Amino acid sequence: MAISMTTAAADRVRSFLQNRGKGLGLRVGIKTTGCSGLAYVLEFVDTLNDDDEVFEQDDLKLIVDGKSLVYIDGTQLDFVKEGLNEGFQFNNPNVNGECGCGESFTV
Amino acid sequence: MLLQIAEPGQSAAPHQHKLAAGIDLGTTNSLVATVRSGEAKTLVNQQGRDMLPSVVRYTADNVIVGDDAMAAAATDADNTIVSVKRLMGKGYSETLALKDKVPYQLVDQQGLVAIDTAQGVKNPVEISAEILATLANTASETLGGELNGVVITVPAYFDDAQRQATKDAAKLAGLNVMRLLNEPTAAALAYGLDSGQEGVIAVYDLGGGTFDISILRLRRGVFEVLATGGDSALGGDDFDHAIVSHLQQLSGQSSLSHQAMRHYLTLARHVKEQLTDNEVTHFTLPGAADSMQLSRADIEQLIAPLVKKTIRACRQVLRDADLTVEDVVKVVMVGGSTRVPLVRQDVARFFGNEPLTSIDPDKVVALGAAIQANVLVGNKADSDTLLLDVIPLSLGLETMGGLTEKIIPRNTVIPVARAQEFTTFKDGQTAMALHVVQGERELVDDCRSLARFELRGIPPMPAGGAHIRVTFQVDADGLLSVTAQEKSSGVQANIQVKPSYGLSDEQVTTMLKSSMQFARQDMQLRLLREQQVEAERVLEAVSQALNTDVSLLDEKEVADITQALARLAQVKQGDDTAAIKAAIEHTNTLTDDFAARRMDQSIRTALKGHNVDEV
Repeated sequence: MAISMTTAAADRVRSFLQNRGKGLGLRVGIKTTGCSGLAYVLEFVDTLNDDDEVFEQDDLKLIVDGKSLVYIDGTQLDFVKEGLNEGFQFNNPNVNGECGCGESFTV
Repeated sequence: MLLQIAEPGQSAAPHQHKLAAGIDLGTTNSLVATVRSGEAKTLVNQQGRDMLPSVVRYTADNVIVGDDAMAAAATDADNTIVSVKRLMGKGYSETLALKDKVPYQLVDQQGLVAIDTAQGVKNPVEISAEILATLANTASETLGGELNGVVITVPAYFDDAQRQATKDAAKLAGLNVMRLLNEPTAAALAYGLDSGQEGVIAVYDLGGGTFDISILRLRRGVFEVLATGGDSALGGDDFDHAIVSHLQQLSGQSSLSHQAMRHYLTLARHVKEQLTDNEVTHFTLPGAADSMQLSRADIEQLIAPLVKKTIRACRQVLRDADLTVEDVVKVVMVGGSTRVPLVRQDVARFFGNEPLTSIDPDKVVALGAAIQANVLVGNKADSDTLLLDVIPLSLGLETMGGLTEKIIPRNTVIPVARAQEFTTFKDGQTAMALHVVQGERELVDDCRSLARFELRGIPPMPAGGAHIRVTFQVDADGLLSVTAQEKSSGVQANIQVKPSYGLSDEQVTTMLKSSMQFARQDMQLRLLREQQVEAERVLEAVSQALNTDVSLLDEKEVADITQALARLAQVKQGDDTAAIKAAIEHTNTLTDDFAARRMDQSIRTALKGHNVDEV
């Protein structure tokens, strides 16, 4: 089981962490809300929880709690630009249906 | 939907991302910034620029904002509104001085200033709303959604009317203003000083056309504006003009056409920017063949007097705040002109402290506003930064003789309530007129009138017998209410001062300057008026006593007192303070005995028919 990032995503995460001045890495996960059931979580991490799994990619740590991992295993995190807007996108092979905007999903 | 990284535990539910932006609504340029994935950044528009010229142009069927509007400033001056910030919250009569300085047509819109354009009369609120809407549009395109809230920065000295006008403009632009933030405070926030060392922070803001110095105090994570000062007509543009006149001397041209002036100004700016990083720069004068050179030392000599002026203002504002340079722990630099090495050097020398310059001085205010917006919209849990304000000019009451009695001195932190007791001047006085004024001068005529009201129904009492407590209260939004209450009867009256009575920064500056300039003269006038009022009181009291108790005096005494009163009445008309004082003292001495006899008589009257044991 694993999750990963594109180079574009890794570069941004590295720069945001540096700018923030602290943090162990990036938490990637899901929570159970939203119009299609599940929603992604993307947060800085200051402390690890007992059930966290850590995936290292180069010098960066991706942190996923055990329960989330089931739903996002194999996900690749990307950073994309759409016009003036830019941000992270989840390419999750487990997804069966998304809400119109892709912010929440079902598996 | 593209996602951003949240702080631990702060991930928003889907479709509930709270988008917030900070807006620096400037006189010359405006910027919008936001915090994404923990990083504050200014946002660029479709043209790839983050600085939006604060210029709005009205054509018959279109509204153009920014660079394209500015391009037409020279050809369509009537419909191209620049520097609208200077008109915010102003009455028409307040802007008469600007009438010849702005290239567009100012008109009176029910007492407020407005501008006649190709699309009819537009007021400063509507014009600012166009700028805000353009910035908000850039922000929502960049963030991929409508903004939930914005923080807009205003100068620390902005009065209530100017703040209200800024809020109205945001409302008109469809924005939810979470807070107006003082520009110096925003700059301090951008440097993260809110989580740093507690103490006094000086924010030195030298823009293109204005200079502001603000003294903040950080205590337990709270910023408080202690004092503000500066010069609303001093900035980098003056540096450019100083360089232009030097170049003019070099070229031997005594007068310049409009077009030549523009070329020279462009060259001056280029020279100034070159000498920011280099010791020497080479250039060619317009129309000349030979290359010339200027060194940094050359231009420093030209602008040194201007920089000195800003340092003098720094000294003054510290004095206002009752502080010394040793109290200042951090100095923050804001505004493009603080890139000039001499400015940095002189500021560092004055404060004995290396100023903070690592953040782009053109963007630092917008970035701070973005950080505050991010906190207020609820994207960050552990912050509760509160910001306080001060009143820019003293608030007081008119007392007898047209003098000002200051109730709340300037630079007092708001909210604040202060009370003072006053009394009646005449026997049996049942009403008191209260005149609320704002300013630093000693005479009411030289201050600004804010409001008048009357306290009626005071029970008749001898002069000086009534206790009238007057309370001035300024709430957190800067609104003033004044209450007067007579103690024994409880009768009271109050008034709310309307925000439209606010003052512009130019007026504040002018009023402060004149209060210093006329300090001695004012004090002498005050002493004179005080003696005149006292003379009036003595005349009134003695005449009253003569009317009722003339029987207690012999003929000579009556004649002497009458003569003394006549003399007092006469010198009172003049302006010799010492003579009036002498005449009052003379009258007092002369009537001492009379007063004693009246006292004896009233005691006898009071005791008549009473047994000694009863007393």
